[in-house]
Amino acid sequence: METLLNFLGAHLAMIYFVVLAIFVGVEVIGGVPTVLHTPLMSGANAIHGVVVLGAIHVMLHADPADTAALALGTLVVLLGTLNVVGGFVVTDRMLEMLKRRNERSPGHDTPSA
Amino acid sequence: MNDPQGMTHPLLELCYLAGSITFILGLKLMGHPRTARRGNFIGALGMGVAIFGTIFFRERPLSPVVAGWLFAALAFGTAIGWITARRVRMTQMPELVSMFNGMGGACAVVIGLMEYPNCLGESGPRLAVLAGIVIGSISFSGSLVAFLKLNGTLGRPLRLPSYNFLNTVELIGVIALAYWLWQAGPAPFPLLYILLAAALLYGVLFTVPIGGADMPVVISLLNSFTGLAAAFGGFLYSNYAMLTGGILVGSAGTLLTLAMCKAMNRPLSNVVFGAFGASSNAAAAGATQARGAIKDIQAGELAVLLNYSQRVVIVPGYGLAVAQAQHVIHELESLLERRGVQVKYAIHPVAGRMPGHMNVLLAEANVAYEKLVEMEEINPEFERTDVVLVIGANDVVNPAARTSASSPIYGMPILDADKARRIIVNKRSMNAGYAGIDNEIFYHPNCSMFFGDAKQALSDLLAELKSIS
Repeated sequence: METLLNFLGAHLAMIYFVVLAIFVGVEVIGGVPTVLHTPLMSGANAIHGVVVLGAIHVMLHADPADTAALALGTLVVLLGTLNVVGGFVVTDRMLEMLKRRNERSPGHDTPSA
Repeated sequence: MNDPQGMTHPLLELCYLAGSITFILGLKLMGHPRTARRGNFIGALGMGVAIFGTIFFRERPLSPVVAGWLFAALAFGTAIGWITARRVRMTQMPELVSMFNGMGGACAVVIGLMEYPNCLGESGPRLAVLAGIVIGSISFSGSLVAFLKLNGTLGRPLRLPSYNFLNTVELIGVIALAYWLWQAGPAPFPLLYILLAAALLYGVLFTVPIGGADMPVVISLLNSFTGLAAAFGGFLYSNYAMLTGGILVGSAGTLLTLAMCKAMNRPLSNVVFGAFGASSNAAAAGATQARGAIKDIQAGELAVLLNYSQRVVIVPGYGLAVAQAQHVIHELESLLERRGVQVKYAIHPVAGRMPGHMNVLLAEANVAYEKLVEMEEINPEFERTDVVLVIGANDVVNPAARTSASSPIYGMPILDADKARRIIVNKRSMNAGYAGIDNEIFYHPNCSMFFGDAKQALSDLLAELKSIS
């Protein structure tokens, strides 16, 4: 219990930050239409790829002589980058399709096959 | 929190501030159809700024060996991620999201394992590392199971006897061990590995009993878990970009999960603790009673029926997408329209494999936006519909959701296809639907089955239709 209280005391600003960010997260996506659920999930997926910053940090502080650490570091950076790049690109692809559709909708429907 | 390794270049902090703002802004814009694409782009831009800031505004010189590996990893990651994302079929979107999610989780776990020896003395970082390992592991192994379930490697939900009890015990064990490791301070490494193994096992146990139809909800939930793991990483490094991004995804992801559950009219607890398993026997029993004769219809007869109809509604389901029949159905719809038949698509909110997935799939096949009609709007129209063509959909037209309180899908809003004058259901066989339950609409007096693989059957139908002039 004491550890917990000490912990709270030591990181009070951080904890406030966390609480506020939680509320921002909830507010920011309030009232999203069902059509956007899939792209939004994929977009959020890309954003949590921010964990790659931690991976790069690990890598930057790795000892060049420590092969195991280097290999693991390389692996995490690779996984994180995949998460970020793949996530954003695939979200863009989905939204591109929806957008093409939206642009066409005010005009008439082309009766092409 | 103090960062033992120093990561406080002023320009770097500026990059992270920019990153945090773009994440909030990007997510906000992604919530509206008009601005969604811009929002995604802004988020990606902010991520790029944060990544390059981390690499270039560092305090220590970079050794050439480390730099080589780092840039190789970044380049390969970008190339593989880009190509995969560009090439993947839109139907495989859920698999892809779960795979990327698993990678994010794995990333958090390995970071935790590598940082553990550096933070044995301090309670704050130790908590962040342990939480990152536990949450990341659950997310990683859970996503992996979700991926295998979605691509069909793992079939039916696997349930150990009293799995809910077992899972809860396992979770309590994981939390207790993690708490003990946090309190105990410098702990021997084997215990950390036991924690890792237990958390990985929990991810599997958590996901394995859940049915394929609920996987999107599970992925969305695991998505927010990974966000949380990233946030703990941010806590460890006092990295505000990681904190903002992680927490945003954590809370927005949780809300999105709840929104998806709402679209399916099922509480989250139902999804996680498995209502599908509990009552499927009852549903099977109920369906057996409802069973009657099944009629089938051939392509030629159906072509005539459609040709002389006035109003046709197509109910597309995931089976349509699996068979890659989106383009054929669009061709069929255009031909019927040219012959004066009014054709609309009835879109159930959870049609496809994720909410909104069907809209993306049909948009890919150039189906016009105005033709896609949402459930609330189309339901009153079914009574005036001559033919409703159900293709690869099953549970979303199952009348049991309205009538049978014992059905696992009872209460889910459905498309009232059974009210149309004629119901044509295209299916490959009489196997049960995605949710694994029988559908009494097949035995409806006005219903005929149009058997065959969606693409092949629709191509035959199109050919027959063309021959009528």
